[in-house]
Amino acid sequence: MSRIGVFVCHCGENIAATVDCEKVAKTCAKIPGVVYSVDYKYMCSDPGQNLIREAIKEKKLTGVVVAACSPRMHEPTFRRACAEAGLNPYLCEMANIREQCSWVHPKSKATTQKAIDIISTLVAKVKRNRALFPIQVPVTKTALVIGGGIAGIQAALDIANSGHKVVLVEREPSIGGHMAQLSETFPTLDCSQCILTPRMVEVAQHPNITLYSYSEVESLSGFIGNFTARIRKKAKSIDEKLCTGCGECMNACPIKKNPSEFNMGLGTRPAIYIPFPQAIPNKPVIDRERCTYFRTGKCRFCETKCPAQAIRFDQKDELIDIQVGAVVVATGFNVVGTSFFPEYGYGKYKDVITGLQFERLLSASGPTLGELKRPSDGSTPKKIAFIACAGSRDPAKGIEYCSKICCMYTAKHAMLYKHKVPDGDAYVFYMDIRAGGKGYDEFVRRAIEEDHVNYIRGRVSRIYERNGKLIVCGADTLLGAEPVEIEADMVVLATAGIANQGAEELAQSLHISYDHHQFFAEAHPKLRPVETNTAGIFLAGACQSPKDIPDSVSQASAAASKVSTLFSQKELTREPVVAVINRTAPPVYSTCVGCFMCQSACPFNAIEREEIRTRDGKLIKTVARVNPGLCQGCGTCVALCRSKSIDLQGFSNEQVYAEVTELFA
Amino acid sequence: MKVGLYHGCSLEASSREYLESLRAIAPALKLELEEVQNWNCCGASSAHAMDHILALSLPAETLAQAEQQSMKEVLVPCAACYGRLAATKAELAENQTLKQQISERIEMPYAGSTEILTILDILDKVLTADVVKSFPQKFSHKVVCYYGCLLVRPPKITKAQRVEDPLMMEDILKRIGAQPLDWGMKTECCGASFSITRTDLVGMMSGKIIEDAILRGAEAIIVACPMCQSNLDMRRQAIEKAMGKRYSIPVLFITQAIGLALGLDSSALGLKRHFVPVSLLENQEAKAVATGKSS
Repeated sequence: MSRIGVFVCHCGENIAATVDCEKVAKTCAKIPGVVYSVDYKYMCSDPGQNLIREAIKEKKLTGVVVAACSPRMHEPTFRRACAEAGLNPYLCEMANIREQCSWVHPKSKATTQKAIDIISTLVAKVKRNRALFPIQVPVTKTALVIGGGIAGIQAALDIANSGHKVVLVEREPSIGGHMAQLSETFPTLDCSQCILTPRMVEVAQHPNITLYSYSEVESLSGFIGNFTARIRKKAKSIDEKLCTGCGECMNACPIKKNPSEFNMGLGTRPAIYIPFPQAIPNKPVIDRERCTYFRTGKCRFCETKCPAQAIRFDQKDELIDIQVGAVVVATGFNVVGTSFFPEYGYGKYKDVITGLQFERLLSASGPTLGELKRPSDGSTPKKIAFIACAGSRDPAKGIEYCSKICCMYTAKHAMLYKHKVPDGDAYVFYMDIRAGGKGYDEFVRRAIEEDHVNYIRGRVSRIYERNGKLIVCGADTLLGAEPVEIEADMVVLATAGIANQGAEELAQSLHISYDHHQFFAEAHPKLRPVETNTAGIFLAGACQSPKDIPDSVSQASAAASKVSTLFSQKELTREPVVAVINRTAPPVYSTCVGCFMCQSACPFNAIEREEIRTRDGKLIKTVARVNPGLCQGCGTCVALCRSKSIDLQGFSNEQVYAEVTELFA
Repeated sequence: MKVGLYHGCSLEASSREYLESLRAIAPALKLELEEVQNWNCCGASSAHAMDHILALSLPAETLAQAEQQSMKEVLVPCAACYGRLAATKAELAENQTLKQQISERIEMPYAGSTEILTILDILDKVLTADVVKSFPQKFSHKVVCYYGCLLVRPPKITKAQRVEDPLMMEDILKRIGAQPLDWGMKTECCGASFSITRTDLVGMMSGKIIEDAILRGAEAIIVACPMCQSNLDMRRQAIEKAMGKRYSIPVLFITQAIGLALGLDSSALGLKRHFVPVSLLENQEAKAVATGKSS
């Protein structure tokens, strides 16, 4: 027979102002099974908690209902109090009579009655509660960081410095990401490579970091603390142990005119190449699609020139399985190309370039060694136009969001242009200037006031070429939408930041959610910004949404601290609110019929197959089994199960039915 | 190839040379044109501004007539007519109730089964390499292709791939030996609807187009729309007034250019009807003489 205690909280005036708490307590005392019912001004205070502890002992309570605020607020508090008095914490339930009653209704008899009704449903539920015990799962204290841009580098270093092993996987031949491509950074104009490359070297030398460059994560299975990642090490066609990085092979390669990815197509590279001089690792790879030997079966020039005899044409992709406890996804972003813009010439004008290409033109390590020369004829542009929001904030282009970094980098570009070409004219077409951030607005003002960049508020309708000039047609909306035509020598489009190539496939293989722009989704936009909905997988940097360097680094450190917190525990404790598949005595074993519809429905990949065998190994039945380390307790499988074989612990069908039935009793 | 023809009003009046040249080149292109019987006004420029149902009924009636003549395809050389017919077909395909209503209004069954072709669609089909091989000469001139608005817009209806920078006309002209130039005014507005009421505006807007064509070194502007042609040609005085310059560049229908490549004489192509003399003609004839061919 149940012995339930009901504890009604006044929450000061919060509840008591509209609900007659004394009456509630008295009425609830009459509910069958309730042996004790009391009201108190602040139940969460120490004397309030004591009231509960004492009652559990004195009245030998088998269940507790605390009628107070939302369980999100104080459920852990009251469950702890119950546990201290020797009651299993999962036999304590909260009746929310504040957010769902006193706060949303006026003072009236009906409000008081609603509070009573809410409590009685919880009494009905708690009578059917069973003692539950937290789930313990072991932790592999190695982190997998996917993506070696600034966010991945920062996350890897932070985790490694806290004493844990890190495996860093980078798709390209070198780590560094987009930050390595930038010339100077806003708002301080410090050289991007100068601040980044020491970090890259640190990654390479850190005893706790294993770097797999030119590699990709193929699949991820397992659950928080216990993932297995399969990594494809693409064939670099060199023996990394023998290669000294001398570069003889690159000089020998006859196929030198391949567009350089690092220079955004503005420069060239050989078929065997190191993407940029400060690359980590500083050893070349062979681009098999461009290499003459791989295309025609003849050449092998590089092999003859290699003093270390490190070229391996027969190298194959390698698959490596590693065990990791946590994953940080930091796969970054990309920008749309100029061919995305029909009105700006579908990418056919050589001197209409993206912001990222302009960075390469400004960079000392770029194709022009930092001299500002336009791509078409190598002359110095005397008049340049920058177009902000090229694609961004434009529903007609399918990109409704703000790419966030463009206002700042456009100001930086215009400023750097004026520094390199002091007698040149710079124009910026913009919609709004969004310069929120430390020292950001000051930076934009500096571009306008000190460097005399002409800011024109208005969009550019089209660009066409005439007499070697790019005619930029726009409007000045601050001057009554007067048409503006600028004969520019060069145009830089601040093209929208978009999800990186392959983001969707990666998200699917990692089982993390993503939005309709293929940016990865955080668990909560405000309170859990670096976690994904899949436990143990965290986000860092622009793979979540376009971000500048400070934001990417902050988020990477945050993700690293989440990983370190996870790794600081011997075992992971999880709430036992997970699904279970019933097991009964032979000959039934389980009512599960093994249809595995639950398996395909589970968003967290938490359902596996379990074979029930006799002692001599004969298969009796294959049933579903929920991995408690992985299950997030969403209940999708419960709703879907045809034979009603699955129940959610703490929210079983029986408990929920009892609650609903009570409401209509 | 047999195809239906709905030429609308302009091709019988201000732009009759468009129809003349189309009919003149048709045999060489093995194009059999069957006129839609009892056709009526497409309603362009006024009906859709006044009465939506009327604007749908007028083109629907013509299309219904084409259906009665079992035409699978109907060629609509005028860009404005094309715009109205295509818009009507698109809207009625989306809305069955409206389709029913229009069908009752025009007292004819309307299925929406006829495919509507622009002059560029049809030329792309019939001007094959084999056909061009038999042409006596090449139209070897530097030209700019002017599309104006209605040939490619609105993209939702025309399904044009490169709305801001179409290339179909260039592609066709290359086949007859022309050198189409890249320019910036392909799809700019000529001031079409102001042709009667505000010739000063037409002068300004069309002037920009002519100016850019001259700048690129074009010998002619090639068009596929009667409105474009008359604004650039008939309103040349207004253009010259607005720009303060004199221009002698001729404005040819694409059918006339093809006719010249076929060696057809200028009266058959209606070239003498232009306000701006087609000086190309002399060049072409001179070239023909120089190479020993008679035109």
